[in-house]
Amino acid sequence: MNEFSLIFRSAQDPDVQFSPEQMQGVLKQWRDWIGGIAAQDRLANPGNRLGFEASVVRDNVVTDGPYAEIKEMITGFIIVKGDTIQCAIEMAKGCPVLKIGGSVEVRSIIPMSMEMN
Amino acid sequence: MQKDKELIPHLFRTEYSKITAVLARLFGFEHIEIAEDIVSDAFMIAAETWGQKGLPDNPVAWLYTVSKNKAKDYLRRNQLFSEKIVSAIQNNTTGAYEIEIDLSGKNINDSQLQMMFAICHPVITVEAQVGLSLRILCGFGIEEIADAFLTNKETINKRLFRAKEKLRAAQVKIELPGEAGISNRLAAVLTTLYLLFNEGYYSLSQNISLRKDLCLEAMRLTYLLAENKLTKRPEVHALLALMCFHSSRFEARIGKGGESILYEEQDTSLWDKELILRGQHYLNLASTGNSISKYHLEAAIAYWHTIKTDSHEKWDNILQLYNQLLIIEYSPAAALNRTYAYAKTYGKPAAIIEAEKLNLAPNYLYHCLLGYLYTGVDNTTALNNFETALKQAKASADKTKIKEYIKQLS
Repeated sequence: MNEFSLIFRSAQDPDVQFSPEQMQGVLKQWRDWIGGIAAQDRLANPGNRLGFEASVVRDNVVTDGPYAEIKEMITGFIIVKGDTIQCAIEMAKGCPVLKIGGSVEVRSIIPMSMEMN
Repeated sequence: MQKDKELIPHLFRTEYSKITAVLARLFGFEHIEIAEDIVSDAFMIAAETWGQKGLPDNPVAWLYTVSKNKAKDYLRRNQLFSEKIVSAIQNNTTGAYEIEIDLSGKNINDSQLQMMFAICHPVITVEAQVGLSLRILCGFGIEEIADAFLTNKETINKRLFRAKEKLRAAQVKIELPGEAGISNRLAAVLTTLYLLFNEGYYSLSQNISLRKDLCLEAMRLTYLLAENKLTKRPEVHALLALMCFHSSRFEARIGKGGESILYEEQDTSLWDKELILRGQHYLNLASTGNSISKYHLEAAIAYWHTIKTDSHEKWDNILQLYNQLLIIEYSPAAALNRTYAYAKTYGKPAAIIEAEKLNLAPNYLYHCLLGYLYTGVDNTTALNNFETALKQAKASADKTKIKEYIKQLS
């Protein structure tokens, strides 16, 4: 079984405030989606959601915000298990981020033992 | 007279483990068999004496006195052994071997609690931990343990013997780990108590009173943890809540013929309201701190099941709790139950898509779930699934149930 990271990107405006009901609805979609992956025993790591407080360090220069030029930012990630990348892509297709125009990047994870060699 | 005959097995169940824990704590785990032998001896004497002379006024006090005397006799006769114990436990300067054997309620509880940590030690398998707990902490007979595990006495004897050897080799002490160590070790203790309870609650054994006793003992031991200031952690209260909610349905879920009655078909007037209230009390106590254990989630799921009326709110909450539970720890049972809750929340067609992804075949419960989901959506597929389930089911009560579904469909 191989592992793949699903990385979520979407255009997010920190000034947009969701109502508690809207937040609840969004949360529920995510939980149902991740719960569905976990129910297949394919969740390797529930990952993290990323916040808005961010800086980028490059050549000793610190810039505010995670986004250099693009408006889309990484909002979080999970790690799933599957035989092939195709399995991970199938799981990604149900991701709630797609409903708000975001995207999911599916990346293979290099196993520890291969890194060592 | 009948009453007297039942009294000794009853006392054996309740008192054997208490006296053994106190003596074993005094002697050290390496000499646990000596403690067990002394207590067994005391019970033999009780059976003989009470049979001839009738019951004493206070049978428990009588047993305690005889056990104490037996223990002191043993120490007197085995001076080397008692010297070793005396110097080890109290740096006794008087040179006397008079060891106080304290059978007060507090010392019994403390000893059993410490014994729990000694037995639930990671050097032995979880299965062995459950077996030893049944014997040493709950006073179950070897035959009863074999019955609960659906195996024979020889297997259990061997398993317990090997487990004790391993604990001895690891020089396990009968004591509570320090405050820092408790968090780690408590997890193993809770796992064992959880399995002990499940052994009673879900066992295929036909011995219903034994199954009930297993559940009650698991609850009693969890209660000991909940009462001690070092071990009364949120997850302990959560586990106790879970046990209360589940056992509230004990009478309702087993029919007169020993067959299990599905949740949907249970007579709610048989649900134990008192236990439900106690469960709520412990669930409230569990709601402190900021970590959520699987016991919290399972207790919350069990709480929603104490409300019989179907509502969107109920099933939506159960679904979310199963989602969280699966994220913490996968199990096929949780995956199946989540899909059932999904159907109750989003309807059968949506749940079929989720179910088909589970990859649990061959598993009769999985095919039962698919049969249920396809019923009314695609009855031919439903029938096929129930027929597959029938081939895989082993318990006769399950087969009868599946045949009923098939009959309704054809």
